[in-house]
Amino acid sequence: MLQLAFYAFAALTIIGAFAVLVTRNVLYAAFFLLLTLLGTAGLFVLSSADFLAIAQIMIYVGGVLVLVIFGVMLTHKPDSSTDVSNQQQNRIPSSNRRGAGSSWVVGALVAGSLFAALFMVLVRANFRLLNQPVGWKSTVNTIGMQLMTEYVVPFETVAILLLAALVGATYLASPLAKPTRYATR
Amino acid sequence: MQPVDSFLFLLVGAALFCIGLTVVLLKRHAIVVLMGIELMLNAVNINLVAFSQYDPDRIQGQMLALFVIVVAAAESAVALAILIQVYRHFRTAQLDELTELNQ
Repeated sequence: MLQLAFYAFAALTIIGAFAVLVTRNVLYAAFFLLLTLLGTAGLFVLSSADFLAIAQIMIYVGGVLVLVIFGVMLTHKPDSSTDVSNQQQNRIPSSNRRGAGSSWVVGALVAGSLFAALFMVLVRANFRLLNQPVGWKSTVNTIGMQLMTEYVVPFETVAILLLAALVGATYLASPLAKPTRYATR
Repeated sequence: MQPVDSFLFLLVGAALFCIGLTVVLLKRHAIVVLMGIELMLNAVNINLVAFSQYDPDRIQGQMLALFVIVVAAAESAVALAILIQVYRHFRTAQLDELTELNQ
């Protein structure tokens, strides 16, 4: 039963990621990314990380993916203002037709060889740790204790980082931040 | 009800990382490249969490994965803001067409 759930979530993750790779529509890629993130949350649950699964759903699906979809819509390029019903609007054009095939070959070669190397390492390493994973215990208590004791400095640091990044992103995305403003001064 | 072998988690993480790397290498739209980076970060998180289930007292892998999630959220926010400014300037989001530093 557990194995079946694992294979289902793994298939959801891998198929979603592969669909992000092969689709030519940016908005479809965002929706396939949603599948991948949900599958990853399921994998987190199966490896007894319940808090992390909820955090994954709330932050990635609720935050990052919505941001990505806003980005897709804001950088949507209307090709010609006369023809709105053009179906080619949101496509990813393969700019140079001649180099497209060779770049796919090179990319598949790099990723395939990396996967082969990782697979060999994983098979040869034969990860059998001494202590088996202990049952299904909620990790919320442990994470709270760890955040307030051992990881308090990284916790505060990442809080400041997140604040600075969000303020900076708000400033950068605002139309007040003209790129030519400093040049004229 | 035996737990899933951690080899399978690592295998899924490796496959997800390779697919994310391919997306970053091959795609020409900047947002899709960002999605590839998110896929690679997710693959790393799967590996961290898979090892963390052998460490139930100090779940160090899950703590690191939590910080990775926060940093990934900050990264994607800043990257999308920069991308919107780039789009306002060049009127395109295709990485191959951004060939000038100054205009």
